Amino acid sequence: MNALVEPRIVWRAREDTEGRRRFMTMRRREILVSIFSPVVILIAWELLVRATLLDARFFPAPSSIVGTFWAVIRSGELRNAVTVSLTRIFAGFLMGAIPALLLGLVLGLSRMVRAFANPIVYALYPVPKVAILPLVMLIFGLGEMSKYVIIAIAVFFLVLVNTTAGVVMIDRIHFDVARNFNASRRDFYLHVVLRGALPSIFTGLKLALGVALIVLVTAEFVAARSGIGVLIYESWQVFAIERLFVGLVVVSFLGYVLSLLLDELERLVIPWQRDRR
Amino acid sequence: MEDLVKRFTLPTGSVVALDRVSFQVREGEFFCIVGPSGCGKTTILRILAGLETKSGGEVAVHYHQNGRPRSAMVFQEQSVFPWMTVEANIAFGLRSQPMPAGTRRDIVRHYLDQVGLTTFARAYPHQLSGGMKQRVSIARALATDPEILLMDEPFAALDEQNKLLLQQELLRIWDESRKTVVFITHSIDEAVALGDRVLVMTAQPGQVKRVVPVDFKRPRNIPELRRDARFGELVYEIWSALRDEVLRAREGRG
Repeated sequence: MNALVEPRIVWRAREDTEGRRRFMTMRRREILVSIFSPVVILIAWELLVRATLLDARFFPAPSSIVGTFWAVIRSGELRNAVTVSLTRIFAGFLMGAIPALLLGLVLGLSRMVRAFANPIVYALYPVPKVAILPLVMLIFGLGEMSKYVIIAIAVFFLVLVNTTAGVVMIDRIHFDVARNFNASRRDFYLHVVLRGALPSIFTGLKLALGVALIVLVTAEFVAARSGIGVLIYESWQVFAIERLFVGLVVVSFLGYVLSLLLDELERLVIPWQRDRR
Repeated sequence: MEDLVKRFTLPTGSVVALDRVSFQVREGEFFCIVGPSGCGKTTILRILAGLETKSGGEVAVHYHQNGRPRSAMVFQEQSVFPWMTVEANIAFGLRSQPMPAGTRRDIVRHYLDQVGLTTFARAYPHQLSGGMKQRVSIARALATDPEILLMDEPFAALDEQNKLLLQQELLRIWDESRKTVVFITHSIDEAVALGDRVLVMTAQPGQVKRVVPVDFKRPRNIPELRRDARFGELVYEIWSALRDEVLRAREGRG
């Protein structure tokens, strides 16, 4: 039974003949597909409307929206609305994010402060921001300040919670290193705590941006005379559906551009994570 | 030259981690501490570094008042700041010492060279291997030119080849500076290869079991050393002293 039998079947590992070239074309194909998916949707939409399978009263054809878009741009209406809304976003964002960041660092470092503040934070955090809007308007009036404040409140909690978590997650050994090498207070806060928490802080900022847009449009629906929210709301009231869609496209575009900006900023200040993704 | 002495005696509170541990380290000595895990060897180091307080006894470090830091710790590799370049990591300990920026740059460059990371000066730690990160940690401590170098199982996470390489490099650097080193390890082999004396600790509560002198000539070549019959004898001697303790530690946890 132990006669040596030549194995008859030979398996050979496959050779990689295309290698890197195939990888490149894969990547290029991916980009092409990403560009074409919205185009395909738009074409399908246009065709469905032309074939009257889609009600043009609610879903006006993209071609007709483009025309309206042009008109709104030319009248200066769009520029005005975008300027007003962007100012609100920026002001509100800064007013919310900066104190949240500073407070988050303190909360992350001290268990006692955390124990004191956590119940307050978690009681206020889930309150829908729209629900506080009337109170905010009562205190800050109907002007711009009340819009800044309501956006700031929304941004504040998300940045606070994420900054705190970021500091808590820093490996304790880094604090030991700072102590062992007699780091100054400034070095400790800036180069150990803040930089250690940056990745998590950016998670908070990105989430906050989305929420800021929601709160912005809502606030503009309820109490504003200009802005993108107003453009959308007024269009609805006069049944100018194309204009309404223009507003929607602009909001989505704003959100897209702002999050791209945040991504870029993140790459800039967190270079040590750049090629991790 | 005065004789540097450190003395420990530390009965702790409810859980006694270290029980009346006493030893002296001489200036310029490479002193190793081995013991079963949980025997408190890291605690000794942390007390020496001022990162932890003692509950009793006396710990004294005699040092020269010449502006050099009393001690610097080589932490385990994950202690390297992931958000700083290799350069910035090494310079971190120097930030608290007043000196012109040029001097600081020169020091950093010198230690980059010493640990062979010059080409990686601008790299971030995640681009480095574990062994390279450990070199950064070593250079960061050396750059501050401390009187005492404290090392907490610096090579524990490395593979055999890297470990041997770094041990040899550490010996080379040490031969040049002859700093006082307190080196914690769980590897008997490592302790014998590096140390002038090896302190063997008992299982919890940590006590001094015995101190074994290692009198190999320096500079040492670790692979050559391992071929020496006396090397095996020393390892065996320390292992014999340690064996009961390791078994006790296992039972205690059982």
